[in-house]
Amino acid sequence: MNADYLVIGGGVVGTAIAYGLALAGERVALLDEGDQAFRAARGNFGLVWVQGKGAGTPSYARWTMAAAQQWPQFSRELTALTGVDLELSQIGGLHMCLSDHELAERAAMLESLRQSLGGDYPFEVLDHNQVRELSPLIGPEVAGATFGTLDGHVSPLRLLRALLQGFEQLGGILHAGGKVERIEHRDGAFHVSTPHQRLIAGRVILAAGLGNRELAPMVGLSAPVTPNRGQILVSERVQPFLRHPSLYVRQTGEGSLTLGDSKEDAGYDDGTTLEQLSRIAQRAMRCFPLLAQINIVRTWGSLRVMSPDGLPIYEQSRTQPGAFVVTCHSGITLASLHAGALVQWLRGGDKPTDIAGFTAERFHVQAH
Amino acid sequence: MFKRIDLPPGETPPAVEISVDGRRVEARAGDTLATALLCAGVVPLRHTPVSGRPRSPLCLMGVCFDCLVEVDGMQNVQSCLVEVRDGMQVKLQLGARHVEATS
Repeated sequence: MNADYLVIGGGVVGTAIAYGLALAGERVALLDEGDQAFRAARGNFGLVWVQGKGAGTPSYARWTMAAAQQWPQFSRELTALTGVDLELSQIGGLHMCLSDHELAERAAMLESLRQSLGGDYPFEVLDHNQVRELSPLIGPEVAGATFGTLDGHVSPLRLLRALLQGFEQLGGILHAGGKVERIEHRDGAFHVSTPHQRLIAGRVILAAGLGNRELAPMVGLSAPVTPNRGQILVSERVQPFLRHPSLYVRQTGEGSLTLGDSKEDAGYDDGTTLEQLSRIAQRAMRCFPLLAQINIVRTWGSLRVMSPDGLPIYEQSRTQPGAFVVTCHSGITLASLHAGALVQWLRGGDKPTDIAGFTAERFHVQAH
Repeated sequence: MFKRIDLPPGETPPAVEISVDGRRVEARAGDTLATALLCAGVVPLRHTPVSGRPRSPLCLMGVCFDCLVEVDGMQNVQSCLVEVRDGMQVKLQLGARHVEATS
């Protein structure tokens, strides 16, 4: 036996779980496919985001809020262990609206979310002048914004590095560079084969992003996830001027601006298109006209991992107990719980109430 | 630190004068700004915005972004991609560039 737990997937979901398991004192191995994988953890925007998530699914909104509330402690502990500053800031996030109509629709959606949660949902609707007080450099076209007090942002790359480093500091073993070809369950253990090696573990957790689609059926699970492309523009570093992040623009701890809000079905093509990049830049400039002075130094596309309803899948195999699948499209926001409450469930504790319903059975027509 | 290649008489490009932080620096027509600054011993050229470490031009072909300076009021210009011009006003940058509201 190589380990009690084998986590498959070295992105931010897999490393958060592996770190959490190691922190709980378990003997853990982590298998990372390598750079041929799609690497959503290296291409994402870095928001710790609450507002708007879980419309129509209050349990997901609660899970997301709990994650955001857990982030400060999670970040403190990870930094104390690894010395890596995650550049976490949670002073609230703005969702900019460019027309009164857009603002009204957005406010109504959040109000309905608030009601579905019995009133416990922190957001404010701000008019142009109120937004200007928080973010003085907005443009005249900004009609207003919704302000989510739990929202924030973090460096996704520093987070990934810290999780991996923390995992190894706690005794976890990283196996890099292998795509899983086969998982066999026999004699109470999972035998996982890559072209180069075979790993044996008592429990296996599939956290391979888009790769889960192929892996899940190997252990009697299902993960019907598909790619959804986002494109991002990154600017040169500039002196800090933007404190509150938004879905369209944020300024990183090191001064770069990242712009991006595209959602496209482009299959497994993770490239960029001039059409989307210019649309993203245009919208960002309408929010902050001074962006017109700033040079863009890099652009990229990356693939979100989306289930049919956009919500996570957290499930243990019925036919092969000890095998779990974890997939979501908010690996950064949820990292604090993936390393905590989720780990308690993976170790045999009760499944957290808010995620009890997030199994892939909901996608089977017969289950309804 | 850097020495120009001696060219045959008659092939030496004409002299050009630029200003670097108010100091007069002589260059040759056709020089890139990065080359002119290196020849004038402007080392280091800048300090990084993140760690504050000193940097000088590295790749001289537009890739490394370590030769950033302010040219005629425009910040973060890659000096290896700009040709010197008589009277060019160059300022060395300390840390990240500033942006100001346009309105």
